[in-house]
Amino acid sequence: MDTKTTLTFALMDAPYESARSTTALRLLAIAARRGFHVQVFAYEGAVMQTFALQKAHPNTVHGRSAEEENHFLPKDAIAALIDDAARHGGRIDWVNCGLCVDERGAGETIPGVRRGSPADFWQMAEASHNTLVIPTRD
Amino acid sequence: MKTLNIIASAYRATVEEQDDTIVWLTHAMKGAGAGIDVLLRGNAVNYAVRGQNAAGLAFGGWQQTQPPRIEHDVAGLLAKGVVVHVLADDLQRRGLESTPLIDGVQPLRGDALAALLAGYDRVWHW
Repeated sequence: MDTKTTLTFALMDAPYESARSTTALRLLAIAARRGFHVQVFAYEGAVMQTFALQKAHPNTVHGRSAEEENHFLPKDAIAALIDDAARHGGRIDWVNCGLCVDERGAGETIPGVRRGSPADFWQMAEASHNTLVIPTRD
Repeated sequence: MKTLNIIASAYRATVEEQDDTIVWLTHAMKGAGAGIDVLLRGNAVNYAVRGQNAAGLAFGGWQQTQPPRIEHDVAGLLAKGVVVHVLADDLQRRGLESTPLIDGVQPLRGDALAALLAGYDRVWHW
């Protein structure tokens, strides 16, 4: 095993559905800042987190244009995390479950995201100091 | 027809949405002419609390410039004439019975709930 701290996260929640998604990104942010090697297996709805076609929009209820609203797009937050990890000497290896991607037509992802399978998750866990599963809950 | 939106699910994805989706929906429906009021229950009673602040989220070089402002959004409903009730029993269960609430939010005891519901043609429980 690499001597550098290596952590694996399994995520399941789709964007805009649960505060767990933000919490997961905050944990990834801490690991990125510490220069850890971070491996993410996005399963089920979580493959939409890195979907490249997410779009910001104006918000008439808030009375703000698209630029003013600067709506949270998970893909942008994740791209920033990938950059931040590299800047601190680590990396984020983000793997989307390929079948989950196909079901959702979510093949277009931001750079740095690759397609994989549950076998990747197993291998990631085997190569990690620890693994955290953040599953979907009702 | 009068409608009551009961909001029970709280802080579900408010950081990502930059608001609560049902508070937002109520704003939009009120703007479309709906006769609509709100009852906050369950964990959503915290939406009535003053002094909420969700600012400061950042991921690497990305910063959230427009965090959710639930307190402002609930106050905005009141300013539009939406009556906002909050279930006092649920405030008490969470130790919030003495916490300052947004001006105009009306605490409602559980034993008054049936009478409140009877005053609406539609009750939507979110």
